[in-house]
Amino acid sequence: MALSLDRLGLYDPKDPLKDRLTDLGPRHFWQYFPPVIQNNYGKWAYHEVLEPGILVHVSETGDKVYTVRCGAARFMTVQHVREICDIADKYCEGSVRFTTRNNIEFLVDSIEKLEALKKDLESRKFVSGSYKFPIGGTGAGVTNIVHTQGYVHCHTPATDASSMVKAVSDELFEYFQGMTLPAKVRVSMACCLNMCGAVHCSDIALLGYHRKPPIIDHEVIDKVCEIPLAIAACPLGAISPDKTPEGGKTVKIKQERCMFCGNCYTMCQALPLSDKEGDGVTILAGGKISNRISKPKFSKVVVPWLPNTFPRFPEVVENVKKILEAYAVDANKYERLGDWAERIGWEKFFEKTGLEFTEHLIDDYRLAYDTWRTSTQFKFTDAAWNVSKAAGGIE
Amino acid sequence: MPFEPKEPQKEIKYQETRIYTDAELNNYTEEELKNFKIKHEIPDLEELEKGPWPSFVADAKQEALRRRKLADDKMLIDRDVVEDMLGQLQVSFDEGETHWKHGGIVGVFGYGGGVIGRYSDLPEKYPSIAHFHTIRVNQPASKFYNSDFLRTVCDMWEYRGSGLMNLHGSTGDMVLLGTTTEQLEPIFFELTHVMGQDIGGSGSNLRTPSCCIGKARCEFACYDTQDLCYELTQYYQDELHRPAFPYKFKFKFDGCPNGCVASIARSDMSFIGTWRDDIRIDQDAVKAYIAGDVIPNGGAHRGRDWGKFDIQKEVIDLCPTKCMSMVDGELVIDNKECTRCMHCINVMPKALKPGKDTGISILFGAKAPILEGAQMATLVVPFMKAEPPYDNIKELIEKVWEFWMEEGKNRERLGEVMQRFGLPKFLEAIGLPPAPQMVKTPRENPYILWKEEDVPGGWTRDIKEYRARHKR
Repeated sequence: MALSLDRLGLYDPKDPLKDRLTDLGPRHFWQYFPPVIQNNYGKWAYHEVLEPGILVHVSETGDKVYTVRCGAARFMTVQHVREICDIADKYCEGSVRFTTRNNIEFLVDSIEKLEALKKDLESRKFVSGSYKFPIGGTGAGVTNIVHTQGYVHCHTPATDASSMVKAVSDELFEYFQGMTLPAKVRVSMACCLNMCGAVHCSDIALLGYHRKPPIIDHEVIDKVCEIPLAIAACPLGAISPDKTPEGGKTVKIKQERCMFCGNCYTMCQALPLSDKEGDGVTILAGGKISNRISKPKFSKVVVPWLPNTFPRFPEVVENVKKILEAYAVDANKYERLGDWAERIGWEKFFEKTGLEFTEHLIDDYRLAYDTWRTSTQFKFTDAAWNVSKAAGGIE
Repeated sequence: MPFEPKEPQKEIKYQETRIYTDAELNNYTEEELKNFKIKHEIPDLEELEKGPWPSFVADAKQEALRRRKLADDKMLIDRDVVEDMLGQLQVSFDEGETHWKHGGIVGVFGYGGGVIGRYSDLPEKYPSIAHFHTIRVNQPASKFYNSDFLRTVCDMWEYRGSGLMNLHGSTGDMVLLGTTTEQLEPIFFELTHVMGQDIGGSGSNLRTPSCCIGKARCEFACYDTQDLCYELTQYYQDELHRPAFPYKFKFKFDGCPNGCVASIARSDMSFIGTWRDDIRIDQDAVKAYIAGDVIPNGGAHRGRDWGKFDIQKEVIDLCPTKCMSMVDGELVIDNKECTRCMHCINVMPKALKPGKDTGISILFGAKAPILEGAQMATLVVPFMKAEPPYDNIKELIEKVWEFWMEEGKNRERLGEVMQRFGLPKFLEAIGLPPAPQMVKTPRENPYILWKEEDVPGGWTRDIKEYRARHKR
């Protein structure tokens, strides 16, 4: 059945239920498996990373499948997707898959096809010079940075996503194409606290953050919002009912209580909080989701705020590299970034990465006490001597 | 285990579905692209064309040029749509603020989710993105495609949309970015009738479930993640499309505790493959690893010289429960002490495999920070068999939903309701007994909320009787 060229296609606005199909769900997965996957479903015996970005999986049946993993920008045009299809048609009988971290994977069943495919992928570049399909993202390296929409398509971002990820990925490219780190490092990016990308358990998380309380659009708030919903939306109870001088319904905000989550804006468009100077980037580190060796853990805030320096975010890039490079030289084999920080102690983490420890890194929100140190087991670093001096304890 | 869909789906052939000819698909030359300037000044975006990582700007320009050269009757959305999107993005960089308006309720008839309304707040300057709605397309499990399907989506989206998309959104859907309100219904009709394909979830409903690659290409998968994901997606179509929940609800399916879809961090109900018998050991393969004949950890560390493989240091000492040892040259595992963290199996996949009596652990309540702060999922069901038709799982899901829909406030995720009521109340609601597996430690405060029925004689007492014993 051909795609329709009529303006409204098969849809008849006068009779929207005519011939309507609903609740079909997704296409069934089985039909898109290449034959080698269908034939060996559930029979895989082991795998190996042959080189960065190249995997081989070996089945109990003796079959092998080679995977070439390529980075991708996540944001794609149909033009680019058609090029992916061309490659899939040429080497993989039309088959291709995408990973949870937005990599593209091409699967082939022989070394010969693999070599030809690799060469082809490496040769494809955009006219401005960047790779279309860089190979890498496996094993003890940095794989694709998952991210959210940012200014490309979101109404609440505190920063842009695609540009920051492009900037950071360019700088971490050798780690994408290499496997030289102690363990995998997952970098993730979300452009506001909503965290559509759920970056809160990443080795390194980049997070867009607002720093100014909402502006109240008194003129329209009563017309465009359910005021009680906006009030209820604040997790800190900072919003309360108020009247305008003209007697209209509005709200007032206890600004010192605001922690800039933006939940009120989500519920009420008359409370915007974006601002060029206020908005910026927070960096968190040391999270993981795998149960391997240590338990899954949240990332911790290690840089409270950096400016949104479009388009290349030099401050963000510099701080990410500081964390990654200190980890790369200091951690043990198999040790994830957060496990390394816990083994050496977070005080040493700040010393080794050279990141500044400020009051903003001490939790003052709910359950903050759980993160304060209630022990004399600590390590001395310059930061400790500074406190000792300030307290008059040493000269 | 051969698998066939319950309802065979008709195959899509691009040669039958296509809109554009090959000439139209290749309507510009490399030279034209090199010299191409979009209609707006975008100096910052052009900066993002440099560097090795794939440039979304360079990609967008390709599409902008293609649309310039397409015939008027070969697209239903303004030809400038990509150029205007780039132009507005540059303004956002200049001003440090987004220019997408808040809100806008749009959708397809009868559905409450799957379409997200989006409007520019600079429509006079960028008229072709005045309406720029998102459509979430429910991806096939673990995101395998063939080119016939993808090309069909591309032609449809070039014709009725902006030609811009995400492969994929964070929740898993294929995301189509940018179309007008008028085209929403026609797109839905094309998707369902031509492609046999539904849209995904958004809003306060079941979000598109997603899974890891599972048995398709992984030796660790302890259950059929794709089949369970597909089955629950189909079974709960109503919940996916017609919001009846307090807020979003996510299912994610990880085949093993390595957690490649991060279910433990971001799903209200997290399904993680596990086993309850013994890790399978091939002692000859263990010896081969020790001898250096097999590269450890599947070669994931081969970029750096970490020295000769040392099973004591790299496996036995790193075991979180210290349940492994070498005895007379053989690897011994005290399986009853094992917490199935996967490390030893990951390091020596040729020698060690998960047990054969497999199933799932189920955890509840993970979410990102909004609203009450980030939460990790809490282990509630230590082990459950996961086999078709999965009635045991569906029964549990429905008990959880009943509790959450009864007690949850507007925009309150399951994890927050669990916090507000406490884990004991949640267990009671879904009818499960408490177990030490559910906590890291028993409670540290003794503020136990005893109920009246816990205490002999109840809570009602007579003050006179008390005073008879104690003078005022």
